[in-house]
Amino acid sequence: MSSPEHNILRITNARKSFGDTEVLRDISLSVNAGEVVAVIGPSGSGKSTLLRCATLLERLDSGSLCYDGEPVAQLDEHGCMVYASAKALQAIRMKFGLVFQDFNLFPHFSVMRNITDPPINVQKRNKQEVYEEAQALLKKMGLQGKEDAMPCELSGGQQQRVSIARALALNPEILYFDEPTSALDPELTGEILRVIRALAAERMTMVIVTHEMNFAREVADRIIFMDEGYIVEQGSAKTLVDNPQHERLKAFLNKLET
Amino acid sequence: MELSTIIELLGTGAITSVQIFLFTLVGALPLGLLVSFGRMSKLLVLRWFVRLYISLMRGTPLILQLFIVYFGPYYVLGIQMGADYRFTATLIAFILNYAAYFSEIYRSGIESMPRGQYEAATVLGYSRTQTFVRIIFPQVVKRIIPPMTNETITLVKDTALAFTLGVAEMFTQARAIVASQGNLIAFLIAGIFYYGFNAVVAFIMERVEKAFAYYHE
Ligand SMILES: Nc1ncnc2c1ncn2[C@@H]1O[C@H](COP(=O)(O)OP(=O)(O)O)[C@@H](O)[C@H]1O
Ligand SMILES: [Mg+2]
Repeated sequence: MSSPEHNILRITNARKSFGDTEVLRDISLSVNAGEVVAVIGPSGSGKSTLLRCATLLERLDSGSLCYDGEPVAQLDEHGCMVYASAKALQAIRMKFGLVFQDFNLFPHFSVMRNITDPPINVQKRNKQEVYEEAQALLKKMGLQGKEDAMPCELSGGQQQRVSIARALALNPEILYFDEPTSALDPELTGEILRVIRALAAERMTMVIVTHEMNFAREVADRIIFMDEGYIVEQGSAKTLVDNPQHERLKAFLNKLET
Repeated sequence: MELSTIIELLGTGAITSVQIFLFTLVGALPLGLLVSFGRMSKLLVLRWFVRLYISLMRGTPLILQLFIVYFGPYYVLGIQMGADYRFTATLIAFILNYAAYFSEIYRSGIESMPRGQYEAATVLGYSRTQTFVRIIFPQVVKRIIPPMTNETITLVKDTALAFTLGVAEMFTQARAIVASQGNLIAFLIAGIFYYGFNAVVAFIMERVEKAFAYYHE
């Protein structure tokens, strides 16, 4: 699984419209095992839609989507978009995790149940084993002793860490983050960024939509700049931030600094 | 009328009233959920059919529905029903009527759930059924307790409408006693019965609400 050039995700020529609004226009993107990719761009540029298409919450209008080289969606000979069977998609869903901007924890489940319910009831894994792994995850997230807390009793930063643990408990090959710190008070963003940094150090494959430029520059192997549904520029974190080529990227970076 | 007879009449009346109440809940709570699924179905025909059913049930008097269910078999189909059909007809009409009201409460609860809950469940791999049973429905129940309490209290009082079909429930019995005794004591007792019944219902619903207070959103 971890040959150096192993594509976990591959999207080619992806297009997606909502009504008359073209939100993704010819997006191609591959993510290798162990790679950390940051996606930046102005609001409305299609970043969330890209993640939502990659996580099967939205369907592409055209293009192709592969996980581990297996086609999930592609155009047939008539030019119609064809997705794999519902059963195959269910298996594909186990390959990725998604961390939402507003956590979306299950409020009626305790912290422990939020993390253990999917592996036990979706993956039908052994309960004991799942509980032990969940304990280890909680420790890693700095949430020891919070097993029995309800989400409503936690701070936003703690809730987001639970949601990261919940995604990790299914052992995904790739983890997507959609602005994981945007719903948090500024003083709470640090704890989330620390957790993501630790995951990057373990070579967890991640695609992170973020506005935190310093963080992106430090943690990402590659940064992708999106604007109006296109990938305008991409490159290593340092070159892209320190030496932007496109006017739109320059303007975007300038705006962030002020 | 002997005092013992009066007590016996009111006692059986009370039991019958409680039976109408319980059977209606047992029938209408699940049926209402099914109806709400029909109301939200992707099938246009089903959706419109269910909409019509709900609007008829809510837009016409329950007392009229009772008569239609009771006399329908004879006048429409020419079938002579037995004497115990009074009670069955009462239950059919009550269940159909209350399922319509309950279905709209379920629907409002289900539609009030944030989309993020469905999306999180989908990405985590829950099937549609699992998502509903494990994630959505338990939260819907918490949200609909207050309107359900209101309907349940109305139901306690509505059971007296079974009087119109001659079902020997509390109000029917009290009225018979009042007619023979020439005083209103039986009505007073009936009033106390309905009031006490609703106090119990309110107490139970409060307990249920407390049981769901272990989290808020
Ligand atoms: N479900 C939807 N229906 C209609 N328009 C949508 C929907 N989701 C996103 N959009 C539109 O698509 C564009 C891109 O949105 P989004 O992918 O959320 O951008 P970003 O995450 O970069 O801010 C926006 O103009 C948004 O209004
Ligand atoms: Mg977004």
